[in-house]
This record gives sequence, C-alpha cells and structure tokens, in this order.
Amino acid sequence: MADAALWLLSLLDSTIRLAAPLVLAALAGLYSERAGVIDIGLEGKMLAAAFAAAATAAVTGSAWLGLLAGIAASCLLAGVHGFACISQKGNQVVSGMAINTIALGLTAVLASAWFAMGGRTPSLEGAARFGEVTLPLAGTLSGVPVLGPIYADLISGHTLLVYVAVAMVPLTAWVVYRTRFGLRLRAVGENPAAVDTAGISVPALRYRAVLVTGVLCGIAGAYLSTAQGAAFQENMTAGKGFLALAALILGKWRPWPTLAACLLFAAADALQTRLQGVPVPGIGEVPVQLIEALPYIVTVVLLAGFVGRAVPPRALGLPYVKDR
Amino acid sequence: MPSRLAALALTLLLAAAPAAAFEPAVVFDMGGKFDKSFNEGVHNGVEKFKAETGINYRSFEVTNEAQREQFLRRLAERGADVIVAVGFSQAPVVEKVAKQFPKVRFTLIDGVVDLPNVQSVTFAEHEGSYLVGMLAAMASKTGTVSFVGGMDIPLIRRFACGYEQGVKAVKPDAKVLVNMAGTTPAAWSDPTRGSELAKSQFDRGSDVVFAAAGTTGLGTLQAAKDAGKLAIGVDSNQNHLHPGTMLTSMVKRVDVAAYNAFKTAKEGTWEPGVRRLGLKEDGVGWADDEHNKALITPEMRAAVDAAAAEIKSGARTVANYSDADGCKY
Repeated sequence: MADAALWLLSLLDSTIRLAAPLVLAALAGLYSERAGVIDIGLEGKMLAAAFAAAATAAVTGSAWLGLLAGIAASCLLAGVHGFACISQKGNQVVSGMAINTIALGLTAVLASAWFAMGGRTPSLEGAARFGEVTLPLAGTLSGVPVLGPIYADLISGHTLLVYVAVAMVPLTAWVVYRTRFGLRLRAVGENPAAVDTAGISVPALRYRAVLVTGVLCGIAGAYLSTAQGAAFQENMTAGKGFLALAALILGKWRPWPTLAACLLFAAADALQTRLQGVPVPGIGEVPVQLIEALPYIVTVVLLAGFVGRAVPPRALGLPYVKDR
Repeated sequence: MPSRLAALALTLLLAAAPAAAFEPAVVFDMGGKFDKSFNEGVHNGVEKFKAETGINYRSFEVTNEAQREQFLRRLAERGADVIVAVGFSQAPVVEKVAKQFPKVRFTLIDGVVDLPNVQSVTFAEHEGSYLVGMLAAMASKTGTVSFVGGMDIPLIRRFACGYEQGVKAVKPDAKVLVNMAGTTPAAWSDPTRGSELAKSQFDRGSDVVFAAAGTTGLGTLQAAKDAGKLAIGVDSNQNHLHPGTMLTSMVKRVDVAAYNAFKTAKEGTWEPGVRRLGLKEDGVGWADDEHNKALITPEMRAAVDAAAAEIKSGARTVANYSDADGCKY
C-alpha cells in the first residue's frame, strides 16, 4: 500500500514537471489564436528561448538574466511572426513554419560557433539555474499522514517556473474572460470588423496578443534549458510546441480544458517511463513498444473520439483587411 | 589576362597536390562528434591520427537517416582510401555502398558486415558493463541500482545484461531497474527523457544509475548530480562531467579502433574481417581517474581487478545478450 502510494506520488510529481512547459506554451498559443493569428511557431520560439536562456545563463551565471534573454529571443521571433501575419498579411502557417525552421538551424549553428561543444551549451550550476523551491513548512508538515507527503513531495520542491506555469492558468482565464483586453482579444479573433467599427485598432490588439505569446514561450523555453535541464541541446524541445498546440485544440482554446489536456499528455508520458518492464496486475508484462506508444495512442483516441467538435475562433488564420 | 592567371594558378594547385595522397574519412552517427560519448571517442581517435601524421581527414555528421547513404557514397566517389563508419545503424548502408565500391576500404564500428572490403569492429560491452555493475553494487547503499538505455536494441540490451550480471555477482539479492528511452533514433538525443527516467528510478529506491544512451544519458547524469545519487557514464570517460557523483564510466575504446583503422590503412596492414575487442584486448574497461578517486575504495578496486583478470583468462564468463537470445546467465 505504501509502495503504491509512493509510486503514485512519484508519477504525479513527474507529471507536473513534464506538464509545465506544455502549459506555458499552450497558453502562449491561446493568446495568439484567440486574437485570430495561427501560431504553429510555438516550437521554434521555445527552442530559441531555450538557447538564449542557457547561453546567457552560462556566460553571466544568472538564471534570471537567462530568463530575460529567453523572453527577448522569443519575443523577437514573435515580432517577426506578427510583422509577417498582421502587417504584411502573409500566410500564418507558412510564417510559423519558417520560424520553426529558422530557430532549429540558427540555435544549433550559434551554439556550435560560440561554445564549440557541437550544438550544446556548457552545463549550468548553482545560480545559473532555477533551483527547487521548498515551500514554507514543507519539512514540518511532511510527517502529517496523507496530506503531509502530498504537500512536501508533490506541491513543494519544484522550480519557480513550475509555479509560474500553474499561476498562469487562472491568470489567463481571468484576463481572457474578465478584462477589457480579454473581451477585445476574443472579439478580434471572432469578428475583427466589429472591433474595427468600434474604433479599436485591430493590428495593435493582435500585436499585443502575439507579444504575450512571445513572453510565455520564452518562459517555457527557459524552463527547458535552465530549470528542468541544465544546458541547451540541439532540438531539445523535441516536438513539445506541437504537443502544446494539440493540447490547445483539445482544450477548445479555453484555459482550464487546455490545462487538463496538458496534464493528460504529461501523465501519459510519465506513465510510460514507469510502466516499462513492470508487470501490470491481471495482464502481465506489457511489451515495451506498446507502452512507449501510449502518449500517441491517448492523443489519437481523444482527438478522434471523445472531445467532440473543436470550433476555432472564427477569424483564425484570416489577415484583417480594412476596406474590402 | 586575368583568366590566364587563373588558369596558371589552377595548374599550380593541381601540380601541388600529390598524386597519391592518403585520404581517410569518417562518418559520425546521430548525436554528433561532440556528444561527450561514443562519437566523441571516435573524434578523439582520428584527431590523434591527424596530430601524429599531419594528414587531414574528411568528416560528416549524420543528422537524419537519409544522409547516411549520401555521405558514404560521396566519400567513396571522391576516392577516400579508408572510410570509418560509426555506429550500428550504418551497417545496412555500408553493405550497400561497399558492394558498389569494392576498392574502397570501410571500417564499421559497432556493427558487422561480411564483405571483402569491410572491417567490422565490435566490442564486448557486456564485459565492461559487468565490471561497472560490480562497482555499482558495491557503492549502492539501498541494494537497488538502475540502468537507462537509449534506443531499445540488442546492443543496448547487451550493456544492460552485462551490468545486471555484475551487480548480481556482488549482491545476488540486489534489484536492477532497467529503462529504455525509446524505440526510435530520437531516443539518443532526449536529455529530458533521460532525466525523467532517472528520477523515476531514484523514486523506486535506486542510488546508482548507469546510462548508456548518448545525449539522453547526459540528462541522466545531470539528474543524478541534482539528486545526490551516483551515476556511471558510457563509451568515453565521462567522469569529468560531474566530479563527485560520477562513480565511473564504462569506457569503450572506439578511439583506438578509429585510430587503428586510419593507421593500418596508411601503412598497408589494414585487413578486412570481424574483430571483437573485449577486456583482454583493452577494448573495454572502466574509467579510473582523479575525478572518481574518492568514490572507489581499495576493496572495490581489488574486487573489480580480480574479476577483470578472471574474465581475461577465461575463468569467468559473462553471458552475451546477443548470443543467448535474452539475458540468460
């Protein structure tokens, strides 16, 4: 019994660590897409941020400067995406793809050129990395049955950026549904002409949305290389940006369901690392290949069967032309 | 006038190039030549050759599946004298290209191709893994140790199997947790996965982890450092990465294999066929340097040295996963 509880705790702990970058990236996508700008460049922005954060932290020895550099790099790419899609009214998918390609190539080349470690940055130590935060009273409360270990092991002891990711969900829900900016954001994604008629600049609103996307992707990238990991490595996002996009669609572009989708993906991933070679009660040992395919199977089944119709914002992907 | 000058310069250049310059080449596998592990070992070997002889070599780093054949073919067409192909996944491509270029010599590291112009170098990873398994068992306080593999293939299972035998030789009741990072080549380059696997093993009681997983393994070694557990590196000596938490590294002398391929080809003593480098040939071993001096007690060293001597003499055998069709010992 105690073993099972420990196993569950460790599984949930791992789920939280794996979900944090997904949550940040998916919420980043939410701002952009709710404003009507498709963003398949989440992956590229995260990767660029991961590199900028690790490189800056390695040189300056400060994780905070790294975080700022990561956000700056991600915002720069977001600005490029915004310029192409909003000002130049270009194809949003093509622009996003271009950003992914640029980030993948550029980070590897710059890392090789600057650090000569074959597309890697030096390992970060101490203050150059976001350490684990122990919440107050975690030590004293850990003796309390049931709730103690949950508080001490599961809730406490993550890096700061995990708590940022957690706080981002209610914050985003509040911003999108309860503030004037949120109302306009949603309106500009559904019916930009109406927003324009009301005398509000559509491009200005969309630029703001895209920049928020940049900031959140920047935090997600910095988390990968300076909190969860301790160095940048070539293509270290490994598809997390696309997984976040899938979570956003699965969550129908709403913050809380998107969080649920991110947690589901992360749990499937955490589960598959733990089920390898472990006999499942009643079934016996499951072939490792099947277990490794688990996250993908879950995604396909959910997308195909359970979620129902996901209706995107109506103006998603359409550049706004004033006088048509 | 300028065109005539250019023509003259070209003639001079051509004349300057010696007619039969020795042209070695190497194709690195995924992960790249600075992976601090397998590929980097080869890189060190060929760099040593370059430093000693002053002969430059051509090299390519494979970054996707399709490039393997492209690169090998291009090198063969350019008339390379010997091409070192790194990694078991290049075996099918080496077989294909070697047939088409019977005059070019190929040295395949970590794989076997039976052709008259191919030299296959394999290692007895299970013997080296056995020794580090013994060290892991002796260093472990919990009686549970673990293994993180890269791609789930027989080669990596061979590491895991040798490791398990070494652990059980010291502590028959010890528990060995084995995890693989994936079933595709991407499993070699996912440090986040490597770190998550290690953390899940630590949660299950492991306090020494052996990572044989390329770049993925670097995440594992980092996770061990963060958690204050011991880790064992692989292929190259990785002890310097995290002194204090690196118990040792299972060293595979791929540098020697690559160096010898170039050197013998240059001297004309290169021979095709299969060579298997084990403990006896100094092809595998465990890293013992200033970075892990504090972690290796005299008793541990004595026990491992004794076992190594027995394996060399044949008095002790380590079962090979690939021979036995499963980890049977």
